[in-house]
Amino acid sequence: MLKTDLKHITTEEEFQNTLHQNENVMVCCGRMGPMCIPVYGVMEELEAEYTHVAFRDMEFDGPIGHLIRNLPECRSFAGLPFTVYFKNGKVAKATSSIQNMEQVTTILDKEFEKVPA
Amino acid sequence: MNTYDFDVIVLGGGPAGLTAGIYLSRAKMKTLILTDGTPGGQMILTHEIANYPGVESASGYELSNTMKSQARKFGCAIKSNVRITGMSLDGDIKSVEVNGKDLYTASAVILSPGGKSRSLNVPGESKFKGRGISYCATCDGDFFQDKQIIVVGGGNSALEEAVSLTKYASRVTIVHQFDHFQGFQHAIEEAKKNPRIDFVMESKIIAFVGDESLERVQIQHLATNAISEREVDGVFILIGYEPNTESFNGVVDLNEWKEIITKDNLETNVPGVFAAGDAVRKRYRQITTAVADGTVAALGAIDYIRTAKAVAVA
Repeated sequence: MLKTDLKHITTEEEFQNTLHQNENVMVCCGRMGPMCIPVYGVMEELEAEYTHVAFRDMEFDGPIGHLIRNLPECRSFAGLPFTVYFKNGKVAKATSSIQNMEQVTTILDKEFEKVPA
Repeated sequence: MNTYDFDVIVLGGGPAGLTAGIYLSRAKMKTLILTDGTPGGQMILTHEIANYPGVESASGYELSNTMKSQARKFGCAIKSNVRITGMSLDGDIKSVEVNGKDLYTASAVILSPGGKSRSLNVPGESKFKGRGISYCATCDGDFFQDKQIIVVGGGNSALEEAVSLTKYASRVTIVHQFDHFQGFQHAIEEAKKNPRIDFVMESKIIAFVGDESLERVQIQHLATNAISEREVDGVFILIGYEPNTESFNGVVDLNEWKEIITKDNLETNVPGVFAAGDAVRKRYRQITTAVADGTVAALGAIDYIRTAKAVAVA
């Protein structure tokens, strides 16, 4: 289990339900390593502000890590974590390796535009 | 602009900044730590810390979390992943603008911005980050099982990680700009006796080439300027760290290596502005030395504020 304050996806059913029940989903698939921890930290910070996005993590080496690892969009990736942004269940964007707050929010603002209430 | 008042603002949340936060808050100073990343700084880059006195073994993440909890327990506010958009450190009241919308003021400021991994800054480096280029051997080594990789650097990190990467890679080539290494002798000998490691000395990578992922590098031999190309699956760039002091250039005195110059009490040339941790001019950079700096800077800031208040009353 990843030691983060994010909701963890640990089963394929949870993964499918998360994609099915949320229009915008950001999944960070990694380990508790130095390139991954900062991305989890950014996601934890953003949860309160980006309420229209479901933020989740997933263990890279866990039983369902292959659901992210084997995505075609991740086939050239060789750096943890693999971070995938899903819009209506489909991959909108994927990144490899560490990302900072600005890089993450740039993607979120572009791919998951907030609809004014 | 929303304005918030503190006694001390600490810029940076590594071991120096967190220690300063602990000492200041425990001394009832209203303290804010602002950090542009995750609290812990470079400490979280360390998988196992075995030489921190009193702690037999802990991951950098665990030690960071403990320091963060301690600081918060004493009342220290911590804001992470913020963007500093302005600062004014002259005068009795210092101010720091965050994210272009919040202004924080304080009587004293401690700069503990730490360091960051050096980049090569050559074409293709950012494009192939995570697609063949890595800065963390322990994180990404297993992506290169039976592959050919390059390690750039000649210090202890590069030499030790090159040896470690031979667990995965079929061939590891160390590319180094000088004709000798800067690492310790035992690290050099370990690398030299490893049959999977070879060396390209007096050379530097000048470009990364590929389509979706890294495929080749261009290497320049510095003695002859000859340029060659080499097929490679991965490159680990381990050429050390540099202080994170760009935003303090012209604000406080820096030396030629962009390290912050301080007095014995870690005060900079600007009254009420102290500095601590890896960004300060010093010889040894360890978590323990950062923690010591954080302590000294915090106590210095407390003295500074109390003296200023005493003068104001008199």
